[in-house]
Amino acid sequence: MIESRPIDKLLCHAVLVLGVLFVAFPLYIALVTATLTAQQAIQVPLPLAPGPHLWANIVDVWQHGAGNAAYPFGTMMENSFIMAIGITLGKLVISVISAYSIVYFRFPLRNVFFWAIFVTLMLPVEVRIFPTVSVIANLRLINTYGGLIVPLIASATSTFLFRQFFLALPDELVEAARVDGAGPMRFFWDVALPLSKTIIAALFVIDFIYGWNQYLWPILATNVPQMTTAVVGVKAMMGNGDVSTPWQLVMAATLLTMLPPLVVVMAMQRWFVRGLIESEK
Amino acid sequence: MEEQSPFGGATHFVGLDNFRSLFADPRYLGSFQTTLVFSALVTVSGLVISLVLAATANRVGKSKPIYQTLLIWPYAVPPAIAAVLWSFLFNPSIGLITYGLEKVGITWNHAINPGQAMFLVVLASVWQQISYNFVFFSAGLQAIPKSLSEAAAIDGAGPLRRFFDIVLPLLSPTTFFLLVVNIVYAFFYTFPVIDAATGGGPVQATMTLVYKIYLEGFTNFDLGTSGAQSVILMAIVIGLTVIQFKYIERRVQYG
Repeated sequence: MIESRPIDKLLCHAVLVLGVLFVAFPLYIALVTATLTAQQAIQVPLPLAPGPHLWANIVDVWQHGAGNAAYPFGTMMENSFIMAIGITLGKLVISVISAYSIVYFRFPLRNVFFWAIFVTLMLPVEVRIFPTVSVIANLRLINTYGGLIVPLIASATSTFLFRQFFLALPDELVEAARVDGAGPMRFFWDVALPLSKTIIAALFVIDFIYGWNQYLWPILATNVPQMTTAVVGVKAMMGNGDVSTPWQLVMAATLLTMLPPLVVVMAMQRWFVRGLIESEK
Repeated sequence: MEEQSPFGGATHFVGLDNFRSLFADPRYLGSFQTTLVFSALVTVSGLVISLVLAATANRVGKSKPIYQTLLIWPYAVPPAIAAVLWSFLFNPSIGLITYGLEKVGITWNHAINPGQAMFLVVLASVWQQISYNFVFFSAGLQAIPKSLSEAAAIDGAGPLRRFFDIVLPLLSPTTFFLLVVNIVYAFFYTFPVIDAATGGGPVQATMTLVYKIYLEGFTNFDLGTSGAQSVILMAIVIGLTVIQFKYIERRVQYG
């Protein structure tokens, strides 16, 4: 063990506490603002102690929305939820199947497919917005959950991750399964899938956050308030950010929006950290 | 490579005209420069802050997991929400930090001042990205054998010396990887931050390449120019991906 002077330790803790404060400060202010009345929220300077109106603000914004997004925020949360879950499940299913077929089946153009998946999907939606929007518009999927979800479920990273994992499975497993008379489907359900449980958990966290946090795509794929997602809704509520913005409601909506991804990350922190690191190898 | 009227009525082939006019356009070149400045600021400050935090967290022993949990959570915050939070704090008329700055004699209005607008979007992006970098630096630091630092300590190297001469060089694969990831993040994934915090303004001060594509395609309906910009951006992503791959291959050899 290296010598550790108390002053060193103290300094380390000081730096870390500073970091935590920097990270937590905006959240605390959001929390406080969400507990104030409309008058208090635009007071200069903002009161630093929480008030008693948190629940009232949350109920208000949940039922009526606020500002330029005067539509029940509950609906937007629901849309976000459906979109995030849809994207997560879609990504997992598609990538596990395509990785399985690439690793365990020999068919013509196998490598071409692999690279096609890889190269095309490296491109973020932000870069390929036009083609994607026009495809979705031509399919009449604007303002549907399908339009929100389908263009985002193809995932190169997840496919790659599953591929690496399947490649690392020992050949003896396949041989043993074949000796026991298992076909490819049986092997998939009874061996490959159960073994990849941890990867699936890790990808679940990452993909859920990816889906929940989408911003540009929901703006383009929807144009009616009943299909807006929570993140887009909050931004719309803020408007130009002038004094007329009902900040206490915006911040209540902000808290609600942050809650699901935070819960997922905190509850699955172990898998999440591992998944994050694995998926980038 | 085509020119199209906004409602898609007429399309005709114009060859490389869109590209030529782009590179002759000072505003496009300006946006290139803005993107470079923005990415450099986000990448460098994000990496430095998270490296300092990860390195100190690695030294505190028992309480490390607590700090880790407290530092990781912004990863879950949607980028647009991060921008909303920080714009509220820096709101020109009612923001808490604006008020504090006023007290020390600085007038803050990012709707007018280009430098301040840039600072705001960099701050929100860095705040969001720290947790991600932190996770990777922590993992990288954990992989460095303790015995190396101990040997150096026996030879009389102080904590700072040990950090710069042993830890930092051994951490360089992680750092390089994060460098690429952060540049990609700053280039492409900061659209929500910019849209929610500044909307590319004031006067193009925070107009990054991705934001410009969006604005020209969907607000000005200039699909040809916008498409040409997409193609250029695509070339940049592919370039960055290739760099990352080369590096991964190298790491496999060394590992």
